[in-house]
Amino acid sequence: MGSPPHFYRFTGKILPWLSLLCALLIATGLWGGLVEAPADYQQGDSFRIIYVHVPSAWMSLFVYVVMAVCGAIGLIWHMKNAEVIAISSAPIGASFTFLALVTGSLWGKPMWGSWWVWDARLTSELILLFLYLGVIGLYAAIEDKRTASRAVAILALVGLVNIPIIHYSVEWWNTLHQGPTVTKFDKPSIHVSMLIPLLLMAGGFKLFYLISVLIRARGELIERESNSNWVSELLEKR
Amino acid sequence: MNLDQFLHMGGYGFYIWTSYGIAFVVLALNIILPIRQQKRALKDIANRRRRNQERMSDL
Repeated sequence: MGSPPHFYRFTGKILPWLSLLCALLIATGLWGGLVEAPADYQQGDSFRIIYVHVPSAWMSLFVYVVMAVCGAIGLIWHMKNAEVIAISSAPIGASFTFLALVTGSLWGKPMWGSWWVWDARLTSELILLFLYLGVIGLYAAIEDKRTASRAVAILALVGLVNIPIIHYSVEWWNTLHQGPTVTKFDKPSIHVSMLIPLLLMAGGFKLFYLISVLIRARGELIERESNSNWVSELLEKR
Repeated sequence: MNLDQFLHMGGYGFYIWTSYGIAFVVLALNIILPIRQQKRALKDIANRRRRNQERMSDL
């Protein structure tokens, strides 16, 4: 995965297969979650928002960690591919964070009676959105893309402190948001017929991130390496 | 279960379908925009190179 042309060729080969697998996971997850799973005994059908809300929220944290780690790798070893993956992660991470907030709001209204409350979980997730937007803005503001990558990596690493805060917010503070149902050490307090679609959707969302970040990274590499031979070959083949 | 019941979602249809609709649009944009961006980048690079070549041949 070292050199940009190798990265470009390799990802070009695997992208169609990833897309197929992603579509399959999401299709079966949606069928299981919207059709097969029974209504919740407390929340009725409204709980079905879980199948977009929770995978989005999980991905909002996961993508941030990937962005910060790749940023650090770029910072330390000056690996171009890592720099490009870091910055390409920001828009999709921001999208997942936005989706977690919006679907949470659409779930909160019928369940809590409010679109928004300033509680620990919601507020720390909103800060995460601002961190992503900060990364995107900072990168766009600096002309030299390698300098920009370094600046963005430092911002991402500083913001990393927010990740455990989001995760533990429902345990550290009294909040309206429900506690963890899946990621706890004893058995998850959710029935298998509801859990399986959730895991399928989570897998599908993770693959979706991989697909989206690879497509972005390929474009970013072409722009950065516009004077190189491998981009010339790409233009000739077009 | 019929289609009306399915769309009604026990009275929560609005909240559920809005959530899924927004998610679909946002995710679709995350595929469409990067692909367009890449196409545009390739075109820009090709144009830039052509201009450079013309300038070289003028000299």
